[in-house]
Amino acid sequence: MTAVTHRPDQAPPADGTAVTGLPPGIDLKQLAERKVLPLRHPVRWVITALVLVLLANFAQTLFTNPSWEWAKVSQWFFSPAILKGLQLTLLATAISAVVSFLGGIVVALARLSGNPVLSTLSWLYIWLFRSVPLILVLIFLFNLGNLYPSVGIGVPFGPQLAVPTFTLLSPLVLGVIGLSLSEIAYCAEIVRAGVLAVDQGQHEAAKALGIPQRRQFFRIVLPQALRSIVPAFVNQIIGLIKASSLLFYVSLLDLFGVAQNLGSTYPTDIIPLLVVATLWYLILTSAISIVQFYIERFYARGSVRELPLTPLQRIRRTVAGIRSTPQGNTIA
Amino acid sequence: MSIAIDIHNATKSYGDKTVLKGVDLTVEAGTVTVVLGPSGSGKSTLLRAINHLEKLDEGYVALNGELIGVRVHGERLKERREKDILKQRSKIGFVFQNFNLFPHLTILENVTEAPISQGVKPKDAREHARTLLARVGLADKEGAYPRQLSGGQQQRVAIARALALEPEVILFDEPTSALDPELVGEVLSVIRTLAGSGKTLIVVTHEIGFAREVADRVVFIDEGLIVEEGTPAEVLSNPKNRRTQDFLSKVLA
Ligand SMILES: Nc1ncnc2c1ncn2[C@@H]1O[C@H](COP(=O)(O)OP(=O)(O)O)[C@@H](O)[C@H]1O
Ligand SMILES: [Mg+2]
Repeated sequence: MTAVTHRPDQAPPADGTAVTGLPPGIDLKQLAERKVLPLRHPVRWVITALVLVLLANFAQTLFTNPSWEWAKVSQWFFSPAILKGLQLTLLATAISAVVSFLGGIVVALARLSGNPVLSTLSWLYIWLFRSVPLILVLIFLFNLGNLYPSVGIGVPFGPQLAVPTFTLLSPLVLGVIGLSLSEIAYCAEIVRAGVLAVDQGQHEAAKALGIPQRRQFFRIVLPQALRSIVPAFVNQIIGLIKASSLLFYVSLLDLFGVAQNLGSTYPTDIIPLLVVATLWYLILTSAISIVQFYIERFYARGSVRELPLTPLQRIRRTVAGIRSTPQGNTIA
Repeated sequence: MSIAIDIHNATKSYGDKTVLKGVDLTVEAGTVTVVLGPSGSGKSTLLRAINHLEKLDEGYVALNGELIGVRVHGERLKERREKDILKQRSKIGFVFQNFNLFPHLTILENVTEAPISQGVKPKDAREHARTLLARVGLADKEGAYPRQLSGGQQQRVAIARALALEPEVILFDEPTSALDPELVGEVLSVIRTLAGSGKTLIVVTHEIGFAREVADRVVFIDEGLIVEEGTPAEVLSNPKNRRTQDFLSKVLA
C-alpha cells in the first residue's frame, strides 16, 4: 500500500485528485469511466500503403508481361515429368528428415554422454560433415564404387563377407545417405542445444524419483527440449527440400532437376518451368509451416499459461466477438 | 526405535573448497529432523548426498541398514551402477526448493510418472495419485499444468509426487523458501500432517516456529559440520554454541 504524497510546494488540484496539469474544465473521474483509446500508428499506415502500391505494380506485371506465360505454367504444373520430380524431392526429403532426426538424437546423446570415446567420435562426426559441402559428400558417395569396389565385413586379415558396392546401393539410396549424413550433423547440434536448454532441476527431479534413465530422456527431457528443437529442425527440413536439388548433380531427377532438364529440351519454356518449380517449392514450404504451427502448439502445453489460438479458433472468436458485442466493450 | 538413516563421515569437496567436513548423523525412524544453518553451510549438499544426487568423496549414507549409492568392494566403498542407484532413490522422496514439477505433464501425470515408470499399473497409479492429491487439497487440479498453479499449490503437488512412491524417508530442501509469505502456511501444514504418519522426515528450513512445533530433533550445521544437535527446546531456546546463537538471533530478529 503506497500513499500518494504531495510535495508541500505543490497544492493538490481543486477537484481533489492527485493528478496535476490537467486541461481546465476536465473531470478526470468522468474520463476514467470510458474505454482508454489505443495509440494510433500513422507511420505504419503510410509504409503499408507504399508497400501495397509497389506490390500491386509487380502483380500487374504478372498479368501484363507475356513472358510469364501463365498458360504454359498451368500446362506444366501437373505434367507427369514434373510430378515425378516432385515425388523424388518429397521422398528424398522425407526419408532424410526422419533418418537425420533419429540419427541426430543418437549423435547428440553420444556427444552428451559421459563416455569419452563416444563423445569424441560424435564430435569428430559433426566436425567432418559440417565442414564438407553437401555436394562434395554426394559426389564422393557416387564414386564410392571406385574407392571401395566392394563393401563387406569380417575379421581383419581373416575371412571376409563382401558385396559389390553398386549392386547394394541404388542411386536414390546413395542420395538419401548423402543428404542424411550431413543433416545428422546439424540435427545433432540442434538436439544437443535443446537438451541443454532444459532446466537442470528437471534432470534432478527425474533422478530423485528413480525414473529409469531411458525414460528420463524420452519422457521428461526430450519433450521439453522439443519445444526449442522443433522450430530449428523445421528450418533444417526446409533447407533439406532445397538441398535435395543437389541430387541433380548425381543424376537423380528431383523437382529442380526435371525443370532444368525440360528447360534444356524446351528452351522457350524456361521461365514458365522455373515458375512451376518455384510454385511447388512454395507449396511444400507452406505445408510444412502449417504442420510446424500445430507441432509447436502441441509442445507448448504447460509451458505457457494459455496456448496460442489456431487460425480457425481465432476466426471463430472474432466472429463471436463481433456478434456478441455491438458496443465493443465486453471481452471476446 | 530403529535407526532409519545413518550418515557417517560425510565428506565432500568442490575443487579445493570442502563443503562437508565429515558429518555424522543418525535419524530415528518416524521422526522429524529439522536442519538449520547459514546459507552456504552445506545443508543442501548433505540432503542431496542422502539420496545420492551428490556423490560423497568419503563416508557413507545408509537407509535401514542398506548403503545408498555405494557398496563394499574389498577394502573400499565403490560407486554402484546408476540403474541400481535409481532403484534405491525411489525409497527416498525429495522435495525441492523450486518444486521442479514437470511442466509438460499434467498434475496427475506428474504424480503418476514415477510409479508407472517402476511398473505400477497406470490405472492403480492414477487411483493412488488422486488419493494423494486429495490429501494435499488439490483434488480438483489433476488436469491442470504446473504453471497454471500458484507456488504453494505446486509445492503441494511436489509433495504428493514424492509420496506416490510410498517412500520411508522424505527430504525437504527449503520447501517454502521460494514461496510468497502467505503461501508458506499451506505447505507447512501439509508437511505437518506427514509428521507422525510414520514417515521419517528431514527438513531444511528457516521456519523456526515450524521447527519448534514439529521437529523431534534439530540439527545446526555450520561450515560443513554439525555444531549443535538436540531437541527443539535445547537447540532453539537454549543454544550452547556461539554460532547457533548468532544464527538464531539473526533469523528471529
Ligand atoms: N556444484 C557445485 N560446485 C561448486 N560449489 C558448490 C556446488 N554446489 C554447492 N557448492 C558450494 O558448496 C557450499 C554449500 O552449498 P549448499 O549445500 O548448497 O549450502 P546451503 O544449502 O547450506 O545453502 C556453498 O558454498 C556452495 O557455493
Ligand atoms: Mg540450500
